[in-house]
Amino acid sequence: MRGWRSAGLWVGAFIVGFTLLVAIFAPMLSAHDPFAQELSRRLIPPIWMEGGKPEHWLGTDQLGRDYLARLVYGARISMLIGIMTVVTSGLIGISLGVAGGFFGGRIDDVILFIITARLSIPLILVALAVVSLVGSSLTVVVATLGLLLWERFAVVARVATMQVRNLDYVAAAWSAGCSQPYIVMREILPNILSPLAVVATLEMALAILLEAALSFLGLGVPPPLPSWGLMIAEGKDYMFFSAWVIMVPGLSLFALVFGINLLGDGLRDLLKTGRVA
Amino acid sequence: MTALLEVQGLDISFGGLTAVRGASLEVNRGETHCLVGESGCGKSVTALAMMGLLPGNAVRRAETLRFDGGDLRGLSEKEMSRLRGDRMAMIFQEPMTSLNPAYTVGSQMAEVMLRHRGGSRRAALDRAAELLARVRITSPGMRLGQYPHQLSGGLRQRVMIAMALMCEPELLIADEPTTALDVTVQAQILRLLADLQTDLGLAILLITHDLGVVARTAHRVSVMYAGEVVESAPVRTLFSRPMHPYTRGLLSCVPVPGKIRPGDPLGSIPGMVPQVTPDFAGCAFRQRCLLTRPDCAGPIARRRPSADHAYLCQIPPEEMVRS
Amino acid sequence: MTTPLIEVRDVGRQFRVRAGLLAQPKRVVAVDGVSLQLKAGEVLGVVGESGCGKSTLAKIILGLLEPTAGEVLIDGKHLASLDRKERARLIQPVFQDPFSSLNPRRRVRDVISLPLVAQGGMSSPEVNRRVDEMLERVGLDPSMADRLPAHLSGGQRQRVAIARALVLRPRIVVCDEPTSALDVSVQAQILNLLAELRRELGLAYLFISHNLAVVEHVASEVAVMYLGRIVEQNQAASLFRDPRHPYTKALLASVLTPEPDLGLPETGLGDAMPDPANVPPGCRFHPRCPVAIERCSRDVPATQRKEPSLVECHLAVPA
Repeated sequence: MRGWRSAGLWVGAFIVGFTLLVAIFAPMLSAHDPFAQELSRRLIPPIWMEGGKPEHWLGTDQLGRDYLARLVYGARISMLIGIMTVVTSGLIGISLGVAGGFFGGRIDDVILFIITARLSIPLILVALAVVSLVGSSLTVVVATLGLLLWERFAVVARVATMQVRNLDYVAAAWSAGCSQPYIVMREILPNILSPLAVVATLEMALAILLEAALSFLGLGVPPPLPSWGLMIAEGKDYMFFSAWVIMVPGLSLFALVFGINLLGDGLRDLLKTGRVA
Repeated sequence: MTALLEVQGLDISFGGLTAVRGASLEVNRGETHCLVGESGCGKSVTALAMMGLLPGNAVRRAETLRFDGGDLRGLSEKEMSRLRGDRMAMIFQEPMTSLNPAYTVGSQMAEVMLRHRGGSRRAALDRAAELLARVRITSPGMRLGQYPHQLSGGLRQRVMIAMALMCEPELLIADEPTTALDVTVQAQILRLLADLQTDLGLAILLITHDLGVVARTAHRVSVMYAGEVVESAPVRTLFSRPMHPYTRGLLSCVPVPGKIRPGDPLGSIPGMVPQVTPDFAGCAFRQRCLLTRPDCAGPIARRRPSADHAYLCQIPPEEMVRS
Repeated sequence: MTTPLIEVRDVGRQFRVRAGLLAQPKRVVAVDGVSLQLKAGEVLGVVGESGCGKSTLAKIILGLLEPTAGEVLIDGKHLASLDRKERARLIQPVFQDPFSSLNPRRRVRDVISLPLVAQGGMSSPEVNRRVDEMLERVGLDPSMADRLPAHLSGGQRQRVAIARALVLRPRIVVCDEPTSALDVSVQAQILNLLAELRRELGLAYLFISHNLAVVEHVASEVAVMYLGRIVEQNQAASLFRDPRHPYTKALLASVLTPEPDLGLPETGLGDAMPDPANVPPGCRFHPRCPVAIERCSRDVPATQRKEPSLVECHLAVPA
């Protein structure tokens, strides 16, 4: 059981790390320009299928763009959205949660109310509405998701802060004459990071999926940017004759989200045992 | 007369670490045997080993492990669980974690009876009420319908004791039963245990770190250190003529009004308990001992200053008395 | 007359606790009209059972909790008016659980230097020198400075906590059950260390404990708390020799000294446990008191003082 769990951690870390590297080094990994259309070379199947061409490993899409190049640049979009959303929502959620847990009383009541209010907002609908009103761009997608996905950070940070705040070392720091910001930043925050790291992986996976969903509906990142969700959307008209046009981005998306979740699970187990030792 | 519980040469290890090495002790009917030692000395693990409750990664070996003449070593888990709660029962330090918060006191107590003895639920509940009264809980009928969280710590421990007594066990193992309780409640619970012993002829194995509890409740005492029983004696002998340097050190650490004046330094034992690995040889106390000699690293002699007093040390009683 | 280091005047603290979602919030009286003084160089022991309010009192005196009534003066100045640095230079705590009293992510050096860093204005070589000096003083090897708390034993952690409390050279240390979580042999080491440091540095201790044998050993004066009030107070020697309040008597009788011939005491207390959410009328001890008379359930006993002793009971006079 344990062996399997830690294997999961490594598999997850490998998938996420690999995707991250691919995203960073995208320009070096693909010989083709992901935006260059060549209508004479439309819908070439991947190399292992009949009709595949060695210069396009994963074939081309309906506009003749190299699919590998688009996939690799798509990883950039996914990772960018995932990380930026987690940073934004983490900042919002952790600040609110720590403030509620640390100060308690009235402040906590207000923050709890905000969290409850956020929980009653239907995520996808609001995201769709905002993006369709403001217009779709990478920044808008990140901002929308970041402003929506903070509640789990807030809930976890709030409870963890409450627990840590009542520990004797916080009382000792208070008695030592430390200021409130110092206590929050140096005594409390470092000790609630472990559960928050797990939340971060969950939120990242969710953000990547939501971006794909928005893009699929035509409201995510605007074409011709190569997003995996957009690739699925664009390929859906051809999927009966050329199934790989949605299989390739679909499987990539599945693998990345699966990898992030494995990483999160593994991290949680690791930190749990670490606390006992 | 043979002892009710007889343990000889008990070894328990977890992974690469030895928790108990060659521990021996006997508990007679109608007797309270105190197993005393500091945290990590292996006293609780010893108790769990007798109940067959060791965690899965533990390895248990023993030369003798007999209950009422019957060998416990070869018993299957099923046979052990038939014995547990029936002829031998156990109570723990924190009664809240050993009681199920989702069931009433009455149904948990009745469950013990029904599992081991069968019979009707009505009869089991009557017995539960009778035992609650026996452990001096007022209005037992009302308590039967209450949940564990509705009781104070002292009451919960009484409930645990009553529950342990449901099937009239012959042996009660109590692991730090009063450590989590206030002093006044501790005195009450210990008195209750002593009274029950007189009435029912119970054998009690009481595990504690508190020398005060030992002095006031034990008939016999075994002192454990780093997995070994380093000294074993009747209670008066142990407190008046302790032999093992660890026992002596431990006794000097406790402030006793009249013996140590307020403000005077207490005795103390320097250093820390060593980690004991399977290849550890010699006396585990030698690094902390003031009387240590070169041969303490070799096999240690078991010395018997009198018929019922034994200790594990290279220094013979005559020399020890002088030091 | 010199100003006492701590003067607690008629301090009270209540909590509001909601038992269920729809239940009316209950008032829990943790501390109720407590007055006491700690003079320079003294050790004031505060004893009582769980829920008697002794730890709440410690938190109030440390400035960790605001009292809902009364006031606390530290060295003649109102606690509320002291700024945090000034307060830290006067009074420091040592807590019970050495596992939760040290930040698990800070090295021993950073734990001990925290009060110095909070004061500010000290160069880091100077800070390090003070930390090394403190480590030696509490009997820890200088090599321990770079360890994390997880790699220390309970006794070593408590030494680190003591070093942190003393690094600013405060005049008062509030010890809240400092040895309750420790083994007997380690407890003796820590008690000896605390006694030694007190003599050398001229400290005053407020020593909170449920262990009367320990309090008898360390304290010069003792206050007995029951359900938020001090029911008896006297100089340690007199209190242990001649207890007046029935609760003090029961507490003393319950102490199990390691003397095999004495057997188990009969305390005479019933099993009605004190509940701070439900303080009985009259004398708050009467439901458990073995000598209570009818009047005890009706009238609140007055505080009878005869310096230096105090008792609150209809049936007792101060010693």
